[in-house]
Amino acid sequence: MADAVLFEFLHTEMVAELWAHDPDPGPGGQNMNLSVLESMGFRVGQALGERLPREMLAFREELDVLKFLCKDLWLAAFQKQMDSLRTNHQGTYVLQDNSFPLLLPMAAGLQYLEEAPKFLAFTCGLLRGALCTLGIESVVTASVAALPGCKFQVVIQNS
Amino acid sequence: MAVCVAVIAKENYPLYIRSTPTENELKFHYMVHTSLDVVDEKISAMGKALVDQRELYLGLLYPTEDYKVYGYVTNSKVKFVMVVDSSNTALRDNEIRSMFRKLHNSYTDVMCNPFYNPGDRIQSRFVSLGRAFDNMVTSMMIQVC
Repeated sequence: MADAVLFEFLHTEMVAELWAHDPDPGPGGQNMNLSVLESMGFRVGQALGERLPREMLAFREELDVLKFLCKDLWLAAFQKQMDSLRTNHQGTYVLQDNSFPLLLPMAAGLQYLEEAPKFLAFTCGLLRGALCTLGIESVVTASVAALPGCKFQVVIQNS
Repeated sequence: MAVCVAVIAKENYPLYIRSTPTENELKFHYMVHTSLDVVDEKISAMGKALVDQRELYLGLLYPTEDYKVYGYVTNSKVKFVMVVDSSNTALRDNEIRSMFRKLHNSYTDVMCNPFYNPGDRIQSRFVSLGRAFDNMVTSMMIQVC
């Protein structure tokens, strides 16, 4: 079980490193850092989206892909499955995790609520990257009501 | 053994294409191009049929008098097309399937290489980027003429 903690430490260092140079970068710098994290997650998600479904049969529809994200991708990355998946059947999905492993070590409750988005940017990119390899263009955002639970909202872009 | 191997991206442009008898390469390019239509047909047929399970291996796409063309599609809609010599009748379905599996594994390795940008051609110009992929394809293509 040591492998899970390796990624957590790496992730914490990534966030710390980006904010170390300028602890209070202002909204522009803040967004830049969040974009950097998100694009890193995106590339990792693309590779995972290729490697993980390898032995599986072809996905038949969008919902299958989302289920794959909630079960297999989450299991591979965080050793647990997503707690709930909801949809409005019109291209918006809300994935809820009640005890997200990257937020778990921080606090339980409302402390550190403003810092939480920094720790979710990479995972948003991860979801977007995996969806992109599997053929779905999307926008993924995350929101936290109370640590360590969080929600990821996936909006499918139909052209 | 395969005579020509091609990897085609989601948007239907070639990521990698290689054939052994290096004269007449254009003929193979053309064959792979025409086989894309058959691949698309099979994919849409699978979508409409109420089959519980969808396979990644598409099987024989079409035979010509000299060659047979096989296809395989991944979950990320990347297609692999393989052309084999018709005279080599010893090749069974299982062997073709295992060749596609090896191809899929090597492609996944290329994808996980951080120096590879998804959507680029797979070249072995950069030291080991496409070299391993190239070597694997070579091992599938020896012993022709």
